[in-house]
Amino acid sequence: MAPSVVLVTGVSKFLGGNLAARLAANPDIDRVLGVDTVPPPRDLLRRMGRAEFVRADIRNPLIAKVISTGAVDTVVHASISANPASSGGRTTMKEMNVIGTMQLLAACQKAPRVRRVVLKSTTAVYGSSSRDPAVFDESMTPRDMPSGGYAKDAAEIEGYLRGFARRRPDVGVTVLRFANFVGPRIDTVLTRYFALPVIPTVLGYDARVQLLHEEDGLAVLERASCAELPGVFNVAADGVLLLSQAIRRAGRVPLPIPSPLVGPVGQLFRSARIVDFSPEQMRFLNFGRVVDTRRLREDFGFTPRWTTPQAFDDYVRGRALRPVVGPEQIASLERGVRAAARALAPTRSG
Amino acid sequence: MPEARVIPLHAEGGDRWRSGPVGRGGDHRTDARREAQPSPADGPGQAEPPPAWEAALEDVLAFLRRRLAGDYQVDEFGFDQDLTENVLLPALRPLYQKWFRVETIGLHHVPAEGGALVVANHSGTLPLDSLMTAVALHDDHPARRNVRMLGADLIFQFPVLGALTRKQGATLACNPDAERLLASGELVAVWPEGFKGIGKPFRDRYKLQRFGRGGFVSAALRTGVPIIPCSIVGAEEIYPKIGDVKPLARLLGAPYFPVTPLFPLFGVLGMVPLPSKWYIEFGEPIPTDSYQATDADDPMLVFNLSDQVREIIQHTLYRLLSQRRNTFLG
Repeated sequence: MAPSVVLVTGVSKFLGGNLAARLAANPDIDRVLGVDTVPPPRDLLRRMGRAEFVRADIRNPLIAKVISTGAVDTVVHASISANPASSGGRTTMKEMNVIGTMQLLAACQKAPRVRRVVLKSTTAVYGSSSRDPAVFDESMTPRDMPSGGYAKDAAEIEGYLRGFARRRPDVGVTVLRFANFVGPRIDTVLTRYFALPVIPTVLGYDARVQLLHEEDGLAVLERASCAELPGVFNVAADGVLLLSQAIRRAGRVPLPIPSPLVGPVGQLFRSARIVDFSPEQMRFLNFGRVVDTRRLREDFGFTPRWTTPQAFDDYVRGRALRPVVGPEQIASLERGVRAAARALAPTRSG
Repeated sequence: MPEARVIPLHAEGGDRWRSGPVGRGGDHRTDARREAQPSPADGPGQAEPPPAWEAALEDVLAFLRRRLAGDYQVDEFGFDQDLTENVLLPALRPLYQKWFRVETIGLHHVPAEGGALVVANHSGTLPLDSLMTAVALHDDHPARRNVRMLGADLIFQFPVLGALTRKQGATLACNPDAERLLASGELVAVWPEGFKGIGKPFRDRYKLQRFGRGGFVSAALRTGVPIIPCSIVGAEEIYPKIGDVKPLARLLGAPYFPVTPLFPLFGVLGMVPLPSKWYIEFGEPIPTDSYQATDADDPMLVFNLSDQVREIIQHTLYRLLSQRRNTFLG
């Protein structure tokens, strides 16, 4: 059953904006409302077509008015941000994430017409440590509650949503725990990280990285907003890349940093506004995270089109990242080795 | 890029990289051939097709090309088959073949395909017994199986070691991981004694410790795979642990700080394991497919099975020990 009026939060960002565009292209949906504190960039706004942009702050009770007067029946909460730099600092980010969600859910609870709530969450809620199982499924909870940052926000938000679902059992609630997005167009902490020519890593650790292509992410969000699929689902591509492997695939040079120095170096990158390394981001670089996607494939009925290596390669190609260590360098190195071996061969046999 | 610097090493005659997909027996043959080569090469042999070293060099270059381009597969547990078969196992092979002269018995009990759970005794202060079991199951088993070991969480906290252990195919010893591996048809190995076994004093050698909480049995029951008891003789003598410096262990966050006759007396030299002769015997599989998956929640059954496996391993150990005449000569 297609919804008639959809409200999408966070439309100034890649996922929210493009989701609104996709929903607007669906003739079965009567109205698409896009909410954000800042207007989307012009090209995104153009792509959004007939979707209406409402400049509103979800932290403000006014959002309740938008929902009730618009007769919204489906709310897609896609505005949860992982990047403090782009949301005006960690304090503002936390407020937008947590207080914004509380207001939004309070408004939804008072709106009898709301039938479906979709939350864009993250696999970061599982944490990342050496004592965790290698693969997380939806029933697992982290060993320790995430201590701060994005992961803590997401865990708290999921908690509020569970409370909302208890109070409004008639509303179908879908929680989508997304892996890290990559792709030619999306801008995340990770896509900025891999675009650095020299990539700082943690010495002696090699994280398992599972990604999701931006198009797959959009397709999952679209499917969740258009069909009745309540539940919690991990959303991630098949396959795994090791961090070192990904760096080599992008032709970058890793710069291993001993763990005690990781904090100060991360601070340096943050203050230089290059890449925002939060402590939980650093833990992710230590151990990585892989999730089980059986429920996504079997219950949700979606199989990602890109595998993790494919999504990563598409990102590298799409960004036209010029490899620092490319195939030519490797080939010339090989020629050198062959020549050296031939030169040494007579002395070896003689 | 450390790999890039390894190349000249080989050009000077590094042996480590040679083995590759060639088996244990095959390795000896290629070595012999290479040693025999110089004599004909002095004569008219120059016109012969590319010498063996060139093919080996091509293999190494292909490997390095894959590594540098990141063009290899890693599974969800972080197992890197390319690295394991071309670097890690070849690096362990001399220890396996020349130093400990490991003899395997009953490898036909390990299935050629499908899930199975190898349960072994743990000893030796450092987990060399796990590594040697991995070499045994890869090199001496006709199906060349890659064993997926279940390790204590402590290992994965260490830098370098933790990452390498994962690449080698190991994962955290917990039921979700074990069941996932077994259900996907992997050969899993577990050392249920844990630190109690590996860190026990030398006077307690070959006395099996408590088998944890039997989590491995419930994993096998839930997935219906056979349990293969495995008894390792020889590992107890590599580092005879005659003392334990508890305060130092606490300081380092380690479960024990071993004192052996040679360590820490001789420093790094004291870390060379004693060259005991090893036997690894795989016993008859204990089938679990006759049970229901729900039987995994029956603690009595789990304890009984766990005890049964423990008894088998203990008896096999006694038998192997009574047949052994000398610790170092076998």
